[in-house]
Amino acid sequence: MFQGMRFLPEQASTVASKVDALFFFLVGVTVFFSTLIFACVIVFALRYRRRSEAERPAAIHGSTLLEIIWSVIPLAIALTIFAWGATLYIHLTRPPQSSIEIFVVARQWMWKFQHPGGQRELNELHIPVGRPVKVTMTSEDVIHSFFVPAFRVKMDVLPGKYTTAWFEAVKPGQYHLFCAEYCGTSHSQMGGWVHVMEPAEYERWLAGDKPGESMAAAGERLYQRLGCQACHLKEGSGRAPSLVGIYGKPVQLATGQKVIADDGYVRESILNPQAKLVTGYPPIMPTFKGLVNEEQLTQLLAYIKSLRLEEKAQAQ
Amino acid sequence: MSTEPAAEHPNYLTVSHTVRSWLLTRDHKRIALLYLISISGFFILGGILAGLIRLELLTPQGDLLLSENYNKVFTLHGVIMIFFFLIPSIPAVLGNFLVPIMIGARDLAFPKINLLSWYIYTLGGIFTIVAAVTGGVDTGWTFYTPYSSIYANTNVVLTAVGVFISGFSSILTGLNFIVTIHKMRAPGLTWMRLPLFIWAHYATSIIMLLGTPVVAITILLVGLERALHIGIFDPALGGDPLLFQHLFWFYSHPAVYIMILPGMGVISELITCFSRKRIFGYQFVAASSLAIAAVGFLVWGHHMFVSSQSVYAGMIFSFLSFLVAIPSAVKVFNWTATMYKGSISLRTPMLYAFGFIGLFTIGGLTGLFLSALAVDVHVTDTYFVVAHFHYIMVGGAIMAYMGGLHFWWPKITGRMFSEVWGRIAAIVLFVGFNLTFFPQFILGFLGMPRRYHMYPPEFQVLNVLSTAGASILGLGYLLPAFYLLWSLWFGAKAGNNPWGAAGLEWETPSPPPVENFERTPVVTEEAYAYDKPQPHAVPEASRA
Repeated sequence: MFQGMRFLPEQASTVASKVDALFFFLVGVTVFFSTLIFACVIVFALRYRRRSEAERPAAIHGSTLLEIIWSVIPLAIALTIFAWGATLYIHLTRPPQSSIEIFVVARQWMWKFQHPGGQRELNELHIPVGRPVKVTMTSEDVIHSFFVPAFRVKMDVLPGKYTTAWFEAVKPGQYHLFCAEYCGTSHSQMGGWVHVMEPAEYERWLAGDKPGESMAAAGERLYQRLGCQACHLKEGSGRAPSLVGIYGKPVQLATGQKVIADDGYVRESILNPQAKLVTGYPPIMPTFKGLVNEEQLTQLLAYIKSLRLEEKAQAQ
Repeated sequence: MSTEPAAEHPNYLTVSHTVRSWLLTRDHKRIALLYLISISGFFILGGILAGLIRLELLTPQGDLLLSENYNKVFTLHGVIMIFFFLIPSIPAVLGNFLVPIMIGARDLAFPKINLLSWYIYTLGGIFTIVAAVTGGVDTGWTFYTPYSSIYANTNVVLTAVGVFISGFSSILTGLNFIVTIHKMRAPGLTWMRLPLFIWAHYATSIIMLLGTPVVAITILLVGLERALHIGIFDPALGGDPLLFQHLFWFYSHPAVYIMILPGMGVISELITCFSRKRIFGYQFVAASSLAIAAVGFLVWGHHMFVSSQSVYAGMIFSFLSFLVAIPSAVKVFNWTATMYKGSISLRTPMLYAFGFIGLFTIGGLTGLFLSALAVDVHVTDTYFVVAHFHYIMVGGAIMAYMGGLHFWWPKITGRMFSEVWGRIAAIVLFVGFNLTFFPQFILGFLGMPRRYHMYPPEFQVLNVLSTAGASILGLGYLLPAFYLLWSLWFGAKAGNNPWGAAGLEWETPSPPPVENFERTPVVTEEAYAYDKPQPHAVPEASRA
């Protein structure tokens, strides 16, 4: 029963100690104000206890000065905590450019991971120590939530859209992965482990897992099979815009708006092509909803991203 | 201490004895008792379910219930405790009984609507019980989509109809209170002379009236998507699951204030009476209720910091959540200051008031952890949240309800309960509560997610502590059930004003006559004139 028991969670990521610093500041604020209130209540209850039934203490109506003091001081403390928490939150939502990108598909009741090199895992995630990892996640059914307590990271995983989180492990080891959003019967068993490995060990693991092909290569095969290349000619002279180099760039829409061609946009354009049409092209693309599953979508995404790399390579 | 001979002046309890006279009553006091009986039944049911949850979590393996049954148990616990106990508790029982008497009125503005609201509540309760008995529901009380609208295979629609119906009883009660407080105050009872219990109920009524229709519509939309596959929340049908969370929390966060504001009103009455002092900073305490009601409508997004809501929305909701903490803090400071240089008596209701201040302070301060964005990312959806809201709802709202029930029990029944047992129960509840819920803060910080049927073995010690606490807490709730019922037959006669309290309700006999007052009282002073020994209202006839 006492096995592995602890009162403080492991700090296994770069942000863990930062989150904990704010947490313990809040513990300090809580202890200070609770002690103040409890002490006043206890001292007053003893000091002013009723000594006779006839006692009629004089009325005190209040003090505007006191009201101001005990509004303004807590407000100042509250705003400090707000600013501290918000700054850290922004840091948590911005993955570094150099992150290893891993795709996550959640479903009742399992986690599926795809590494860029094509390695796939179920309920286990292997990552190296000392390198930021970005997870791009979606769900095949209900809402789940990706939660690694040792990293202080949690992000909901929704059907129909991509959400992201990132973390950089600082300590090799094995850490709990939980689903934190109630998702049905076996919600409490929808967990697994994150294995943080030394870089060399991680490289061995990557090589040993014998991937058939990289995500981008799988995506390219799928791209050919679905006939995407028939319209999306690389030179841009086809019936549909060229996809070379579009990833991460602004796209001019028929409505006059501009959107960034990010994961969410590419995904939407495959499943619901008429939603955000590129200007100058007719609305002729059929939907691929039901023809590609979430994992295949992420492979197509990886391929379209690689077209950017190809373009850069050609330019050099 | 004198009581009226029952033969001459029948009180509201003795005026008639038939079942019909109770079921068709339009007397707000009898309707309050109908509510008291109904919500007590739901509280016992919800409590048994809580016991089952704690018993299951004694061990890491799921060895008592199957996962699908465990999920149904915690769902029903939440649905019953929130919609059928906490929301109606203080307003529908104590508020119903006291709002008219405290303002010197004969009844609420719409007595028939008041009775209707109890029938609506009962009907909603029946639907929910039927849903539970015929298969249960496993969505959690939050009904998150698309799980609830598409994937769950349980009685979602039937339960949702139950909650939908019961919402209307809340709306009608709120409407009744607002009109009554505006139009039926006794001569001389100006807004700034109102007891803070009335201010708190006024603020609560506004939330009930404005918030409840939104949750009713939301539930209806879930039903439409489930039954007719109209795409509203499920992305596969073209809907947006986050839309549900926005709509749901737009009501359900203010609903927290529906549960706690009336409790704050009760505490203001208890602290003043047992300190024999005017409340410190009356206007600030009254205004803070309205401030909480207003700002409380603008903080719903703090339930969604990891939901993929935009980062900027998250920052605004975090900021507003810190703001709403201030009026609550102001109340706690004013209650504490009220005791300064008072004449403090540690009778049973005052012990509950102390319990409330202690537990609400911790509950409120741990709310700051959840408002702080980066910390919330770690602790949201864990036992930290479970501990936090139980400190507010059980430690705050139920402590206040118990304190109020004990304080006004002599007025409602005309009998005194056992003071010794009353104090013992208050202390047992306080100890049991802390032992149950404090370990859950640590569990949450360690990362144990909520709604987990099974959990890793390293969390067991804290779960065992929590379950041990729950058994003490359960005992603490059983004690009042016995000594309060006992007092109905064997308690000493209470007299008009057993606590020496100020307020119009203490100037009429216990139990009060059907018409509450023989003559309409005239108020000449502010509330809580505890420095003066005389009652502060004079009968209208002797005014000239």
